[in-house]
Amino acid sequence: MVDTDNVLKVENLKINFFTRKGIVYAVDDISFTLKKGETLGLVGESGCGKTTTVLGLMKMVPTPGEIIGGRILIGGKDIIPLSENEMRKKVRWEKISMVFQGAMNCLTPVYTIEKQMMETIQEHKNIDRLQAKKCIINYLNLVGLPEDTIRRYPHELSGGMKQRIVIATALFLEPKIVICDEPTTALDVVVQAQIINLIKRLKKKLGLSVIFITHDLATEAEVADRLLVMYAGKLVEIGTNEQIYGKQGLRHPYTEKLLKASPRLHEKVEELSFIPGTPPNLVDPPSGCRFHPRCSEAMERCKKDEPPLIEVEPEHRIACWRNHYE
Amino acid sequence: MSEPIIKIENLHKWFPVRRTITQILKGEYVWVKAVDDITFNINQGEIFGLVGESGCGKTTTGKLLMKLLEPTDGKIIFKGKDVTHLEANKLKEYRRNVQMVFQDPYASMNPRFRAQEVLEEPLIIHQVGETRAEREKIVRRSLEEVRLIPPEEFMQRFPHMLSGGQRQRVATARTLVLSPSMIVADEPVSMIDLSTRAEILHMMKTVQRELGLTYLYITHDLSTARYFTDRIAVMYLGKIVEMGGADEIIDNALHPYTKALIAAVCEPIPGRSNIIKEVPIKGEIPSAANIPPGCRFHPRCLYAKPRCQEEEPILKEVESGHQVACHYLFD
Repeated sequence: MVDTDNVLKVENLKINFFTRKGIVYAVDDISFTLKKGETLGLVGESGCGKTTTVLGLMKMVPTPGEIIGGRILIGGKDIIPLSENEMRKKVRWEKISMVFQGAMNCLTPVYTIEKQMMETIQEHKNIDRLQAKKCIINYLNLVGLPEDTIRRYPHELSGGMKQRIVIATALFLEPKIVICDEPTTALDVVVQAQIINLIKRLKKKLGLSVIFITHDLATEAEVADRLLVMYAGKLVEIGTNEQIYGKQGLRHPYTEKLLKASPRLHEKVEELSFIPGTPPNLVDPPSGCRFHPRCSEAMERCKKDEPPLIEVEPEHRIACWRNHYE
Repeated sequence: MSEPIIKIENLHKWFPVRRTITQILKGEYVWVKAVDDITFNINQGEIFGLVGESGCGKTTTGKLLMKLLEPTDGKIIFKGKDVTHLEANKLKEYRRNVQMVFQDPYASMNPRFRAQEVLEEPLIIHQVGETRAEREKIVRRSLEEVRLIPPEEFMQRFPHMLSGGQRQRVATARTLVLSPSMIVADEPVSMIDLSTRAEILHMMKTVQRELGLTYLYITHDLSTARYFTDRIAVMYLGKIVEMGGADEIIDNALHPYTKALIAAVCEPIPGRSNIIKEVPIKGEIPSAANIPPGCRFHPRCLYAKPRCQEEEPILKEVESGHQVACHYLFD
């Protein structure tokens, strides 16, 4: 069956890192879909496997990491069996592209913007310099930069401008799926808001589907239509923006705690709550539910059995024994 | 609140910029005006927040207070004594009283020192505690103060064996060993994960209450500032544009820049993913080497009038304790 609504489907993805200390189960059996034209938020603490998951989608997991199982379907076709060459020529940047974490600091300092963007474009498209330049200017305008940016060097640009250039570069080959890994983390609040607006506008204009990664639930509330919450290599909750942020309703205890730990500007709270302890070492994850050692609502069962993702309402799935009635 | 512990009067820090040959011949000087005439007090036992975008001079202000930089002009009065220019021996004494927590807890610790050595070093430098056992007692106590319990377990660890949150606790403990009266905290939680951030702020606040400390909290994040501080000063391009009680500033912001900062903050509220949120501000922060004439904010301000381009507004009190520098509000 051809799935027209889902541009990306991930089934039982497993990524392990084979280190000297043992096998790190960085991404452990994750399944989700990305619908056409939506923004899917991916949140979790650092080290929970967010970046590894999306690097898996690009088939760019660094050694000693390896995809050891599952399927990644882009437009119905599994990309896991593809060779590196096929990935580079047909999939990466053309079907799925990525704005890497901190990419704005990785622009070559000795190249002008024109030269660095020209390189990407000529590598992939068979067009002459003049056409390429026109194309670059087009994309610069698209991300809200003036034409003369083309002659500038990275050090002459602000963080926000550099981030815009990185986004423009990710869009060059007209991919339909764009992954943004912490695109706003190192930026000032005002610039953050501008970049978020840019991503929203581009999404609408170009019909993109976006995966937006951040550790900040507040930022995610502004961008994501649906959210995936990850903890220690596992998905613990999938839900729509309203289901995750709504006043009432069922949430995974981890999501609940993360939300309570985010300070809200317009509410004066005396004490912020926090999650005691630290995320587990993934060489030897806790038995049962991986969150149970830090969970205030853990029961006997949580220590032994791993909870599956259970649908609690349409579109909303939670991996917690608390919501499991037999 | 009680007496001010520190008074900053007309403080300036201008950094010279390398000049072109024509500028040298013409005798022109070029300055980056990182901090340009700021005045404020911090009261005893208060948490004072300094908020602004990167490049606004908030970190330079922190460094001036720490005496890591010499001010170009102005005065710093600490506990009634002028400390603007200090000799080496007086400076050491001052630094015992005023300590700093840095943004990156990993970079600010010697990776080859165990936590115990990290904490003991300031004691040795300042000759506190005669014997090793005495120093160890102080180290143990300050680790307990930052809730690294039991201290024995953490004393033998190297920085890489600590999590980000634990490292920042050790960094805080390091400031506490000298029993300072004031701590300058420069973005202490910006590099720490959200789930731990609240924990660190909570710990810092508890320590502050227990020991009656005064904090200068430097941040770009208004939402933690509201939770953490008593008063806030908003800085823009080396100047304070608005200052007042934390709740007052956030619920009743008057300066267009503060309003823009508040509007830009993301909040975990449902149903906003389809809305393009307009932030009432134009463009980006200009370089501090090229400060616009008149009100520094006028090129980005939506309410700018001809007067704003010519005349620099000064801080005026609108309500008790709430000061704003803006022409728009008073015309």
